[in-house]
Amino acid sequence: MPTLVSHPDEVKVISRRFGMGATDIDKYVELDGYKAVQNAIAEGPEWIINVMKASGMRGRGGAGFPTGLKWSFVPKQSEKPKYVLVNGDESEPGTCKDHVIFLHDPHAVIEGTMIAGLAIGSKLGFIYLRGEYRYLLKIMEKAVADAYAKGFLGKNIFGTGVDFDIITQSGAGAYEVGEESALMESLEGKRGVPRIKPPFPAVVGLYGGPTVINNAETIAAVPHILLMGGEAFAKLGSERNGGTRLFGISGHVERPGVYELPMGYSLRKAIYDVAGGVKGGKKLKAVVPGGSSCPVLTADEIDVGLDFDQMGKAGTMLGSGGIVVLDETVSIVEFALRTISFYQHESCGWCIPCREGTDWIKKTLTRVHAGGGSKKDVDNVQYLAENMLGRTFCPLGDAAAMPTLGFVKKFRKEFEDYIDGKKAGTPIITVDQLVGAH
Amino acid sequence: MSTIANTIFSPEMAARFDKLVTIYPVRRSALVPMLLYAQDDLGYVSDAAVAEIALRIEILELDVRNVLSYYSMLRTKPAGKYNVQVCTNISCMLRGGYEILDHCKHKLGIGHKEVTPDGVFSLEEVECIGACCWAPAMQINYDFHDDLTPEKVDVLFQMYKDGQGKDVK
Ligand SMILES: Cc1cc2nc3c(=O)[nH]c(=O)nc-3n(C[C@H](O)[C@H](O)[C@H](O)COP(=O)(O)O)c2cc1C
Ligand code: SF4
Ligand code: FES
Repeated sequence: MPTLVSHPDEVKVISRRFGMGATDIDKYVELDGYKAVQNAIAEGPEWIINVMKASGMRGRGGAGFPTGLKWSFVPKQSEKPKYVLVNGDESEPGTCKDHVIFLHDPHAVIEGTMIAGLAIGSKLGFIYLRGEYRYLLKIMEKAVADAYAKGFLGKNIFGTGVDFDIITQSGAGAYEVGEESALMESLEGKRGVPRIKPPFPAVVGLYGGPTVINNAETIAAVPHILLMGGEAFAKLGSERNGGTRLFGISGHVERPGVYELPMGYSLRKAIYDVAGGVKGGKKLKAVVPGGSSCPVLTADEIDVGLDFDQMGKAGTMLGSGGIVVLDETVSIVEFALRTISFYQHESCGWCIPCREGTDWIKKTLTRVHAGGGSKKDVDNVQYLAENMLGRTFCPLGDAAAMPTLGFVKKFRKEFEDYIDGKKAGTPIITVDQLVGAH
Repeated sequence: MSTIANTIFSPEMAARFDKLVTIYPVRRSALVPMLLYAQDDLGYVSDAAVAEIALRIEILELDVRNVLSYYSMLRTKPAGKYNVQVCTNISCMLRGGYEILDHCKHKLGIGHKEVTPDGVFSLEEVECIGACCWAPAMQINYDFHDDLTPEKVDVLFQMYKDGQGKDVK
């Protein structure tokens, strides 16, 4: 069972009810649950969207798109039904924040879904969880059933004449299905191959109807934002980055865990204060700041604020908020190889730059790792990654290329030394192990 | 009584499937979860399961297979009663995930995607399972086990062998 952690610097908004028994619907109601949705019904769609715009909330799934703006793109009039789709595929390595939301506060996800539905004029929402999260799906299913039993979901909710339904859905194992258009394909009972854009989901989405797709954390934050007010939420964060977010700090730290910190909080402090510093007092080597697809930061690049813009300026991304900390013993060659192995495995194979690019980068790095590399290999890896960037059908290609470029550019000398037989770090993976699964 | 005569699934699962195809705007939306639940029921997605699912969803068997082959959790051959899935992705790798995988291989005497001769355990190396902050982590069937050490793995295996582990469903 995931351990709950706590630190004085945390600002608990989304995690406010964690550990308080809020999976129980009565407890949730006692803790201000299902109030925000009733306000939303009373105030109407425009009000909801304005509050969300004022909150500065930007999507927690990775791209950081402003949530209020996204909702405002959905056409008011539509011949086809509109849908809300909650993305709980959570598969970006280093990311386990939605896990704790489903575990501790399932009703916040339900209530957020309802509010998103009210905002866009939808009567049906889907909550999609990755197949591995079966125990969490059961928690969600029970929460949905309890909400129906209370009359909070279904026909005439809260006696207001409004109807809203929620369907929970299980995936069956696929990182790519987290990509929003692939997610819709999966929900329509197909292979998780992405769709071309435009049209964007807000116009042509699920079953061809206008669809809002949001990450589970984005959705879980919505009731809190409505209750505290958009401006109040915005003020908790930094410029153009409203509020707080759940950061998962993992890898070589003393106290790994999911912590809720204000947007813009110092990365250095997150590692050294909140997560207790590098494990065993070792030296910091590098940080992957927002899930495995974000370019690596070196130990002297961590004086940066954790928000979308500051991370962008630092040449990386805030991504999914999964901060992975590497100490001095890590071989970057090995780490880069493990990272690309993942993307090669998860590439859906639909477009050539991603399918071939991830495969050749992996093959080349496997040779380097095994000791048979040449300096040209490092150039080749960089060349392959540069030529994938921006040329793939969906962003998974970029997600594979960007961290690869970070590793070979920032740690080029380490790759070259490795090839010369001067290996940095303590090896973890053996050649046999790599041939095995990946 | 299921809508399908001679269903190959357990009565509970058949009843569940009868309902599942009715809840969505489009019948086919039931396909991905149905495949996974079918696997929970039978241990794997057999040819007979593919045939019945095609009937239930009202699509071709070929369409079922197309989807089946995409998703990494779905299998067309039986696994062990307890399927051990060890994560070796980055956060787990940094905290001993490979050591745990090696330990499992050694302890069970099998490799990736293999089943022990008695059919009790199978082993898989998997990608991130969303337990990065509690690494190294693994799942046995659907149960998560976090903060693993080789000793903890030994205890877990013994518990499952003794029937104290949880079952698939
Ligand atoms: C390969 C890939 C995988 C993704 N996986 C997820 C995921 O697991 N969860 C998620 O919320 N978003 C994921 N996304 C982002 C979604 O496409 C989408 O931007 C997001 O769900 C929108 O919600 P937000 O605006 O609330 O962030 C992924 C994107 C890509 C390209
Ligand atoms: S970039 Fe292309 S091959 Fe890669 S996952 Fe997206 S569509 Fe599939
Ligand atoms: S990296 Fe192992 S659970 Fe995420």
